[in-house]
Amino acid sequence: MQTILIHPLVVRITHWINVLAVLIMITSGWQIYNASPLFPFDFPSSITLGGWLAGALQWHFAGMWLFVLNGLVYLVYGIASGHFRRKLLPISPRAVLHDVGEALRGRLAHEDLSVYNAAQRAAYLALIIALVVMVASGLAIWKPVQFQSLAALMGDYEGARYIHFFAMAAIAGIVLVHVAMVMLVPRTFPTMFTGRFRRA
Amino acid sequence: MNGKFDIHRTPALANLERRLFLKRGLSLGALAMLTGCDITDQESVQRILLNMSRWNDGVQQWLFNPNRLAPEFPESRITKPFPFNAYYGEDEVREVDGASYKLELAGMIRDRKPWTLAELYALPQVSQVTRHICVEGWSAIGKWNGVRFSDFLARIGADTTAKYVGFQCADDYYGSIDMATALHPQTILALGYADETLPPKYGYPMKLRVPTKLGFKNPKHIAAIFVTNEYPGGYWEDKGYNWFSGS
Repeated sequence: MQTILIHPLVVRITHWINVLAVLIMITSGWQIYNASPLFPFDFPSSITLGGWLAGALQWHFAGMWLFVLNGLVYLVYGIASGHFRRKLLPISPRAVLHDVGEALRGRLAHEDLSVYNAAQRAAYLALIIALVVMVASGLAIWKPVQFQSLAALMGDYEGARYIHFFAMAAIAGIVLVHVAMVMLVPRTFPTMFTGRFRRA
Repeated sequence: MNGKFDIHRTPALANLERRLFLKRGLSLGALAMLTGCDITDQESVQRILLNMSRWNDGVQQWLFNPNRLAPEFPESRITKPFPFNAYYGEDEVREVDGASYKLELAGMIRDRKPWTLAELYALPQVSQVTRHICVEGWSAIGKWNGVRFSDFLARIGADTTAKYVGFQCADDYYGSIDMATALHPQTILALGYADETLPPKYGYPMKLRVPTKLGFKNPKHIAAIFVTNEYPGGYWEDKGYNWFSGS
């Protein structure tokens, strides 16, 4: 038996702060969406935050600081420490397709929790990219005049609203799969608190 | 004291203060009735959220570049029909009598003589085709004609070192903006829409057009303008919307 550290302290702390921040951003974002829906549906108010538009905007623009500052700590740590390179690379489309196929057939093993398979690497990378796109499109919506070159990159104010929505949908989808996977492999759950796992 | 502070003696402002007092009383009552089951309504949470909103006012003030222009569009991009929006329905639009209309001035302004509509029409006019972005999320492109607000403020001898410019409107709406935005070259007192006299539904006889701020920062049917260092708030801001609300 060998106990090894698989989730460094910085990753564990930023992970749980991010859970709170993303929860605030998404649920208040749904309430904001409801004020002027892009599609012919809205989100049930029971799962939104803020009560009404002004309350939701207050949550959203307070939560953004938690989300962005925490995200910056995570990104700087992940890049500078080599955490991203060690955990998420290398990654190839072929390996991702193969592992996703295996996972769908219920054959993908995750015995060694210190090593991510290609499907996990792809999902975590996609999540990081989606979160960055979320911030960029959010800034374009918030400041389409002051950050107008960023807004132009996002298809202007109206384009940025759609990108913001689809990035939210991507994040929500990845989070759902992530939580489902944790429930399927429950021994991964305590490691996000302790950071450690015992390799047989 | 009589120069700067007789702002409090104008009828429009007395009115405004009365309303603010009433509203504060009402929201205190509303607060007392809350059961506290919604996290947003808890007093400590409310305080944090409002403090963050004040902090965001400061951040936006810092981000605001007085020389950065809002994008302008060709007339072919104008949204037709341009949406009506107010805190009341379109059937309740106020009819203002242009013949008897007088724009009142108050506060830190040298020449506070009221302005007739004819005098306002006689000022040099500019136009812009810009995007109006509503706090709700939707946006629409429109064309506004009117007087550059910085020119008007210079003409009336407004103290441009003051912090705020406030507006009192004929539809009982009220609001305020920061001086830097008031002096922005695209901030105009709009007297026309699409080269025609401003129709009632867009704020006849005059609305503020600020393409660097959200739509609710563009008050319609302006009856009085005042310059002050005391935070004047606004109709929606007093209900919880962020005050600066810059784009």
